[in-house]
Amino acid sequence: MKRVKKMQYESPKSIDDAISLISNSPGNVRLLAGGTDLLVQMQSQVADPDLVIDIKNIKEMKEFKKEDGVYTVGAAVTGMEIIEHEEFGSDWPGVVDGVKLIGSIQIKGRASMGGNLCNASPAADSIPAMIASGASAVIAGPNGRREVLVEDFIKGPGKTSLKSNEILLSVKFPIKKPNSSGAYLRFTPRTEMDIAVVGVGINVTMSDSGICEEAKVSIGAVAEKALVVEDAATALVGNKITDEIIENFISKVRASARPINDKRGTVDFRIQVIGVIAKRALKMALERIR
Amino acid sequence: MSDTVAYEEKKLKIIGTRPIRPDGVDKVTGRARYGADINLPGQLFGSVYRSPYPHAIIKSIDVSAALAIPGVKAAITGDDFEDMPSQFIPVGEMVVNFRDMTRNVIAREKALYDGHPIVAIAAISESIAKEALKHIKVDFEILPHVIDVVEAMKPGATLLHEEQYTLIERKRLGSEPTTESPPKEPSNIAKRLTWEKGDIENGFSKAHIIIEKEFNTKPVHQGYIEPHATVATCTEDGQVEVYTCSQGHFVIRSQCAKLLGIEVSKIKVIPTELGGGFGGKNNVYLEPLAIMLSKIVHRPVKMVMSRNEVFRATGPSPAGHVKVKIGCDKNGNIVAADAQIDMQSGAFPGSPLPQATITCFTRYDIENVRVIGHDVTTNRPKVAAYRAPGAPIAAFGVESVMDELAEKLSIDPLDLRIMNAAKEGTQTYYGVTFPQIGFLETLKRAKAHKNYNIPLEKNQGRGVATGFWMNIGNDTTSSLNVNDDGTIALTIGTIDVAGGSRSSLAMMVAEEFGIDSDKVRVTTGDTSQLGFNFVTAGSRGTFAGGIVAILAARKAIEECKIRAAKTWNVPLDEVVWEDGYARPASSNVGGFDPLSLADIAKNATKTGGPIAGHSEKNVQGAGPGFGTQIVDVEVDKETGSVKILRHTVIQDAGKAIHPAYVEGQYQGGAVQGIGWALNEEYIYGDDGKLQNTGFLDYRVPVASDVPFIDTDIVEVPNPYHPYGVRGIGEVPIIPPTAAIANAVYKATGIRFNSLPLSPPKVLAAITKK
Amino acid sequence: MTRRHIEAKINGDNCDFLCESNETLLSVIRNQLQLTGTKEGCSTGDCGACSVMLDGRLVCSCLTLAVEVEGKNIDTIEGMSNGEDLHILQRKFLEHAALQCGICTPGFLIAARALLEKNPNPTETEVRYWLAGNLCRCTGYHKIVEAVLDAAEEMRG
Repeated sequence: MKRVKKMQYESPKSIDDAISLISNSPGNVRLLAGGTDLLVQMQSQVADPDLVIDIKNIKEMKEFKKEDGVYTVGAAVTGMEIIEHEEFGSDWPGVVDGVKLIGSIQIKGRASMGGNLCNASPAADSIPAMIASGASAVIAGPNGRREVLVEDFIKGPGKTSLKSNEILLSVKFPIKKPNSSGAYLRFTPRTEMDIAVVGVGINVTMSDSGICEEAKVSIGAVAEKALVVEDAATALVGNKITDEIIENFISKVRASARPINDKRGTVDFRIQVIGVIAKRALKMALERIR
Repeated sequence: MSDTVAYEEKKLKIIGTRPIRPDGVDKVTGRARYGADINLPGQLFGSVYRSPYPHAIIKSIDVSAALAIPGVKAAITGDDFEDMPSQFIPVGEMVVNFRDMTRNVIAREKALYDGHPIVAIAAISESIAKEALKHIKVDFEILPHVIDVVEAMKPGATLLHEEQYTLIERKRLGSEPTTESPPKEPSNIAKRLTWEKGDIENGFSKAHIIIEKEFNTKPVHQGYIEPHATVATCTEDGQVEVYTCSQGHFVIRSQCAKLLGIEVSKIKVIPTELGGGFGGKNNVYLEPLAIMLSKIVHRPVKMVMSRNEVFRATGPSPAGHVKVKIGCDKNGNIVAADAQIDMQSGAFPGSPLPQATITCFTRYDIENVRVIGHDVTTNRPKVAAYRAPGAPIAAFGVESVMDELAEKLSIDPLDLRIMNAAKEGTQTYYGVTFPQIGFLETLKRAKAHKNYNIPLEKNQGRGVATGFWMNIGNDTTSSLNVNDDGTIALTIGTIDVAGGSRSSLAMMVAEEFGIDSDKVRVTTGDTSQLGFNFVTAGSRGTFAGGIVAILAARKAIEECKIRAAKTWNVPLDEVVWEDGYARPASSNVGGFDPLSLADIAKNATKTGGPIAGHSEKNVQGAGPGFGTQIVDVEVDKETGSVKILRHTVIQDAGKAIHPAYVEGQYQGGAVQGIGWALNEEYIYGDDGKLQNTGFLDYRVPVASDVPFIDTDIVEVPNPYHPYGVRGIGEVPIIPPTAAIANAVYKATGIRFNSLPLSPPKVLAAITKK
Repeated sequence: MTRRHIEAKINGDNCDFLCESNETLLSVIRNQLQLTGTKEGCSTGDCGACSVMLDGRLVCSCLTLAVEVEGKNIDTIEGMSNGEDLHILQRKFLEHAALQCGICTPGFLIAARALLEKNPNPTETEVRYWLAGNLCRCTGYHKIVEAVLDAAEEMRG
């Protein structure tokens, strides 16, 4: 007699309980925040978990706070909560650009930035923006907590540096520098409800005299994971942002893209358009500083 | 024309107003019941195991492990169905061969596309039914596959049907066609269809300019939001009841009866509210499987497709490869036109080739015409009709070439069309001579439209294109009863496929009686209540449904007059019907107070019994439909993205019974056309599997992708409808693809000959330039 | 493992149900609570036909597990009108003929109400972007957008 497998669901109230569950449960264990990736995977039978651990009832996972200029966004804070946080939006507009594109209003009513990060899609919209902002992932495990930069947290498609007994707790943003701002832009065939064909997150800090003091650039959907483009940042730093500098910046962005052909775009198209989108994102960020 | 109902010009009270649709409140409150909303006591749940391969021999099927799961009650395969002989029967807008249809419902020897049903399961819950699918073992011998229409036509291409020899059909206007011997080798070309008029070689020899181009379009899906759903129950004595969401429950009944070998009287199909069809719900998919499962388990069986199944195994439209050659004299008069249309029919023959070929050049009055079409089998789902089936594919080519001719001749593109437009008396190459039509009016109104004259900015362009659909009538029935309080119950058998035909029919009946339209309640009857109705397709619902509703009303009104004559004891010809009242024909008849419909109904028992009217008719006289559209686009030259700035639909409705629903058809069809033009396409991997099986990557337009769609309703009455109605549903989807491509040309200087105009394609062309 | 017992509120009324842990909220709403006004168009969050409010948030019920709604408030289309009085949006959808087949209509109404609660005076563009998660294949969106803008105006007074 065959038996139909039954999925189990747990909703722990504390981080310790969650870690204990994840450490001691055999089989396929999946964490649930907004569920907008996990449930799609379950529906299409890509995921078939034995246990789902819902982290939304853990207080810390839902915390969204600013302390000494540092924002901590709990891993289960929804996209809409982030978008509606006016102060966060004015400090980190690029991150909000990315979060706004995660999906429809319905999706963002559930989906979290933490989930977007852990799902680790190469085309995730909030990840390049987080990277450009210098954000880090706060991770809890049986032996305490650790922090790792978002670019180091992501390892590849669907892969992160989380160990099997660790949980993403929150995303932490550094103190925002004066005269700095950011932007995230992507290209999609439709205006909404699409997956990024390319995406660019950027953060720049300018001096009063219009010299770029600091820059961080991250590109999405053009490699196995979101990349940091140091060459592109270097092309900006120390310079006034002239057309010539922008051209150089674009060429550095394009040079670091290593996309594939798939149903959403071709290699040529992605390399071409990532430069265009990078230029537009840069201009948007500069506009926001002014 | 014999057997038609003539147009009568009269003052209208109800027609042309905008009452709220009778199905509206149910739809805004969630009460309306669609296919998946129906549940029957004791029902089981069915699910379908589908081929994971585009082309494979089914060597064996083992369902024993699935049946061993507790709660799994039955499993059926192709062997549970009788095989059918090759026999062509018209169904919907297409001709169906039941040998093929039984194989499309559930595979027999071979799986012919990714998603082809192979086994159907019934179980006590949806989750168990789905789980059971994982335990079905099928031994496949994978075969090479062919999906592209041009590849499939090549000699030596992988064959889907080893016994398929090209059927030759030639038609020549006015004389016998030359014969053509059929090929001796089997091929994927199921049919070669040729239409000829005049002498094209002689015609082209007189041309000052000839433009010849090749075009390609991709398959697109109807994209209805409601997945196919059905609940069927079969009793121990073989009585079958089926609830299903379809465009024609009588056709579903006929197909099920044939496929299952059941007498028609034993099957009752009850239509549910339809959550969109657009041609894709004219044929059976789940119904025969659910009936067969129910027959085995003696319980109702409910089956609902997932979105993945809808994309992989239903619809879509064909892909088309089209060659167009048009020649003009130096003034712009078309002297000859030639086209070849190769259409993917999918796994079985039967693409909308007739429709594509006859609509191809028919907007224009051309002396010398030839259109050749090929119906080509390929390893993808059997195509289904999609709004004006076939026509947009042909029009994309023809209207693009027309635009180029206008440019080369330095003639305004609308003027070139005005110069060549078909009008009353024009004989088409397929034989029909047009009665009064409104094509010229749409062109002239387009030329004068404010949107044709708005100045454009950099990177913007304006394009125009036109569309034609012949429209149809076909078998239609209705039954009308005057209730005891003088309200009306109208039962119709032609499904309201969403356009609001229930409202329009109520309005026409109310106009006939001279009462308010909310006094008429329209119900869609099940198959046991009325005579046969054809599917709602080809823009026939309001036209044909309207005619039988009007005829039923007229019979009932005649009866009302008889009752009044009886009451007054006067001869019948001394009673007239006016504004909802029987009145004495003149003051000489006597000083009788007029009798309202309510008065007559109240006394019906005393005057002879209940009052009713009914009509059953193969409705003739569908008025040809024409439209012109103007589109403004802006092209982002750095990304290849095309934005629709303005979109204007100008179309002849004959008469807009309910103008808001006419506008709704124009707007909805235009946006489907925008999707076809810009981003919708079936994407197959090298493995022959469909890659975009969901709404995320099958990109129908979302609200933020489109502007308001401006509409202008032209009303040139159809002489064969009492109120002048023409079908309007199909035409709006025909012009957008070419209009958009023509606009993109104006914005970029690049002519695009293949759809969709997706950003990578547009950007690559801009970069190359 | 046996099914889970969940208590919640639906359209203001207490309700409870038993569900499998992997069952979606949409499935429970439709199949157990028999509120079939919420529709399933894709089950992957791409069409919006299953839109409901969950504790005041617009969500896709197809991407929510039923076990997650313990103690929560769910609002569906069935709770939108107030007795005989249709919600202004429902009335405007009827007046503007903003529906054809109607399968997407409940989702659009729930989403549009959520928009107008947050933004009583949206622009056409804001309406279009907010409703981008709801697919309609019949109307081309024209009359839906008109109806929402008109409803907003009437609601503002």
